[in-house]
Amino acid sequence: MLSRFTRLLASALLVASAAAHADISFDVVGVGANQYPIAIAPFQNEVQQTQPVTPVIHDDLARSGLFKVINGGDLSPVPYQPEQVSFPAVTAKGAQTILIGKVTPNGNQVTVRVWLLDAATRSSLISYEETVPVASTRRVAHKIADMILQKVAGISGMFNSRIAYVVKTGKRYELQVADADGYGAQAILVSNQPIMSPKWSPDGGKLAYVSFEKQKPIVYVQDLIGGRRWEAASFKGSNSAPAWSTDGSKLAVTLTRESGSQIFLVPSGGGGGSQRISSSGDINTEPFYAPDGNIIFTSDRGGSPQIYRMSASGGNAERLTFQGGYNASGKLSPDGKTLVFITQTSGFHVAVMDMATRQVQVLTDSNRDDSPTFAPNGRMVLYETQAGGRGALAAVSSDGRVKVRLKAQTGDVRQPAWGPLLK
Amino acid sequence: MKKIAMSALLAALLAACASNPKPAPVTTAPAPAAATDNTNTAPATVDLTQGQNKPGYSELTDPNNILSQRRVYFDYDSYVVNDKYNELVQAHAKYLLAHKDAKVILQGNTDSRGTAEYNISLGQKRAEAVKKLMSALGVPDSQIETVSFGKEKPAEPGDTEEAWSRNRRTEIVYQGE
Repeated sequence: MLSRFTRLLASALLVASAAAHADISFDVVGVGANQYPIAIAPFQNEVQQTQPVTPVIHDDLARSGLFKVINGGDLSPVPYQPEQVSFPAVTAKGAQTILIGKVTPNGNQVTVRVWLLDAATRSSLISYEETVPVASTRRVAHKIADMILQKVAGISGMFNSRIAYVVKTGKRYELQVADADGYGAQAILVSNQPIMSPKWSPDGGKLAYVSFEKQKPIVYVQDLIGGRRWEAASFKGSNSAPAWSTDGSKLAVTLTRESGSQIFLVPSGGGGGSQRISSSGDINTEPFYAPDGNIIFTSDRGGSPQIYRMSASGGNAERLTFQGGYNASGKLSPDGKTLVFITQTSGFHVAVMDMATRQVQVLTDSNRDDSPTFAPNGRMVLYETQAGGRGALAAVSSDGRVKVRLKAQTGDVRQPAWGPLLK
Repeated sequence: MKKIAMSALLAALLAACASNPKPAPVTTAPAPAAATDNTNTAPATVDLTQGQNKPGYSELTDPNNILSQRRVYFDYDSYVVNDKYNELVQAHAKYLLAHKDAKVILQGNTDSRGTAEYNISLGQKRAEAVKKLMSALGVPDSQIETVSFGKEKPAEPGDTEEAWSRNRRTEIVYQGE
């Protein structure tokens, strides 16, 4: 136990130092069931660039807990091309694969050329080149990390994506969008009134959210580019908890215009009517569109908040959670196999349920957790927790083995939402 | 704290009066007097009563009038208005019946436990509970809107039993305030 802890601590320190320049820095605790040892050699010419590539790939892979990243910088000479790799030296470092490459700047553009080589077969697993504007260097790095994830671990990507969350500093609320690793945070909405429930449109181009700027909760949709925004649900009473339909044309929202809190569908473009889909219970809220088009939601119809599933056209609902007296904020993984939700035992924790066996596993021991949101590949869950009396973001792998704490510099950080994979 | 809120409210009302184009120059005269009286606790509101265009406002803000009481607190996990607030709710209902043009916004709130989105619905229940009483007293739906802030606007920060009990509340706010 102790040795395991020491090992975890060591990896946490390593990663923390590697991420020193992040807008949000992070600590990793725990490792995946299978850790793939990969050596990363610094790319030719990358140190001279404003944004080196390999530190970004290193952080992505290390943060996933699925890779043991080995520094290839002390290989002599550092290989930049496949023919320069000494495979016995790679194997001696305990690595199964090695990532090498070079960076060629050309005015405002930069060309990134990479190879991932297998030490045992001496074959090339990835050979890739892309030319992008210098400002998009990190984007390419995340893309390469996703390729490695796919090729080595057989898992689809998650690094080349963005997250949205709300930061409260004093009386100022900001809805921010950042890369999934916390870099490049940008406020897309600033208000003196609360903002909550940011949700990404399926194409990643818009955010739906709730703003209290008119002294009541109203659901807005905002274009990320250009910043155009409109009211998607602004009925008498409260308008809350937006969720995008899989095709992006509709939002499921919670309205109180009839009795209690009920789930309605409204057009995401605004200006339309509303169609009620939930029928029984005082409270039906936290709708979430499952990949198959069904709606997961929280209802008090059984006497306590529990998670249910119904068709998007309404009708009968199937109760999914039975363990404990408070289960809420349910979301299905992209493959539909795992339900993540918040469960109350002594505090409020992140839990997952295997949809096939209905087995429940509590993943966190922090006790103020909220708003769990799956990575685009379903392998990690980002959520809101409390640290030092403030709201903070944390992530946990869906199997509970890897925990990542993201540390914002200031303010209360809440209500994260993980967006789709970028192209 | 309450006094600050009250004088802020007064200032807002005075500002509203001053910016209203209707009153003749004569009626603006009492305004400075009210502002100075304001530092002098008691009679500050009297001047506003005398402002002919909005005679009702003094009742709502006079600290000696029950209508200035705007918070209904709830027990843990409770969405039922305690009998001790009957008089308060009745007074507001009576005011609304007497002032058909007045509208009230009932803002429900929860303590900090539970998910943010579910708490919007729980706060809504607290607003609806107050509305139900007002409706039973004959106040038409058109004069009441119920909304919820969930746990987003705590009256008192912190995670103590005391803060929680002060945050489980419905606030009665008149439109225009």
